[in-house]
Amino acid sequence: MSIADGSNLEVSNLRVVRKGNEILKSLSFRASPGELVGLLGPSGSGKSTLMRSILGVQAITDGTARVMGSAAGSPSLRGQLGYMAQSSAVYLDLTVEENVRYFASVLRQPTFEVARVIDVVALTRFSHRLVSTLSGGELARVSLGVALLGSPPVLILDEPTVGLDPILRRDLWRTFGVLAKTGVTVIVSSHVMDEAARCARLLLLRDGILLFDGTPASLLAASDSTSYDVAFERLIEGDG
Amino acid sequence: MNLRRTLYTSRRIFQQLRHDPRTLALLLLVPTALVGLLAWSLSNHPGAFDSVGPKLLGVFPLTVMFLVTSVITLRERTVGTLERLFTLPLTKADFVAGYAIAFGALALIQSLLVSVLSYTWYGLAHQGVPWRISMVALCAGLLGTAFGLALSAVAHTEFQAVQFMPAFILPQLLLCGLVIPVNQLPTVLRGVADVLPMTAAVRAITPLQTNQYYLGQFAIMLAYIIAALIVGAGTLRRVTK
Repeated sequence: MSIADGSNLEVSNLRVVRKGNEILKSLSFRASPGELVGLLGPSGSGKSTLMRSILGVQAITDGTARVMGSAAGSPSLRGQLGYMAQSSAVYLDLTVEENVRYFASVLRQPTFEVARVIDVVALTRFSHRLVSTLSGGELARVSLGVALLGSPPVLILDEPTVGLDPILRRDLWRTFGVLAKTGVTVIVSSHVMDEAARCARLLLLRDGILLFDGTPASLLAASDSTSYDVAFERLIEGDG
Repeated sequence: MNLRRTLYTSRRIFQQLRHDPRTLALLLLVPTALVGLLAWSLSNHPGAFDSVGPKLLGVFPLTVMFLVTSVITLRERTVGTLERLFTLPLTKADFVAGYAIAFGALALIQSLLVSVLSYTWYGLAHQGVPWRISMVALCAGLLGTAFGLALSAVAHTEFQAVQFMPAFILPQLLLCGLVIPVNQLPTVLRGVADVLPMTAAVRAITPLQTNQYYLGQFAIMLAYIIAALIVGAGTLRRVTK
């Protein structure tokens, strides 16, 4: 279900206070099917908290987060959002196939879906390997594979490319782009500003405040810069 | 609760254990070896093993299952798999029941292994019926599993979970009636001992040694298991504050 303007994800005046610390300070944005949205900002800026709020696993202090018309965390949304956490969040003492099969069974997905997602993340030749024996990049792909189960309409990917070599990062971003083209709303967080160019739209976050919401080109134009790092610095200085 | 998802969770836990032979050995062989060690150490004291052995058939499964379950469940909480599962259509009851079934089945195998060896190779003999004591051993294993699930919520690291062994298990070993009969303890300690799960296990076994049995003791153990499973499910949070 989409909201009137076509968006399927709506965050409105979202505020999260955890242990007395204000992590998110009244954030608002919307995202539509087919959008590849980059959520960028330094470590500690609130990216993971925002993503977890959308997933419904983080308590919201004020404001709302709605996905496909339902409040974040609603039982009807369980299984509708693909989630890749910053930690791998898969079982290291299971094989790739056993991991994917277990999550697929919880989602009541057919057997062929297991083979499909393993193929999408290019891990077919590792499917019988224990996850604990895989490299960091392969581990990230297992986690992504689990997130892709059942072809969810919304994907929330928390720092999926961290620690990966440039080739793997490029390949993963290509995968995200392909998924967005099929109509999936893809929200990808990163603290690497260079990854901004790979997104159709950017949300720049710092200290729980949304500093920028627009295309990569408009960010560079607004800050009169050719570098995303410099653009971000100028935004912060302007904000300060 | 969804039975299918519960059984998938149990199957996944078995798969994990299959890839971890050391943990499997800890679960199945350590209680067997410890009871054997006790039988051997008491071999020069006729009748001593027959008196203490049956009680330990309840104590060892409880201890080992508690330790292993608390660490494995804590790992689930800390590596993020639990949070991921809770974004899916898996209920707390599915999760806890999945663990209880998997570790309950292991407790069954464990109690059978210990009992068979005790009554054959180790030469355990008493007036009671062996399978009834094996049933208590199974309940004790389930009790350890249920408390392991519940207490894993209190620990933040696996190191802390291991420290529950001296904090939660050792005082029970001292007070459950193995060292001194509970009715000979000072009044306050007797009151504490009366509510300890391990005391319930020992109390269920003691009359069985003389071929008496009281369903009430089984009922108390069952009540402990159910209460600990409910507390365990209650400690699982879908939403972090």
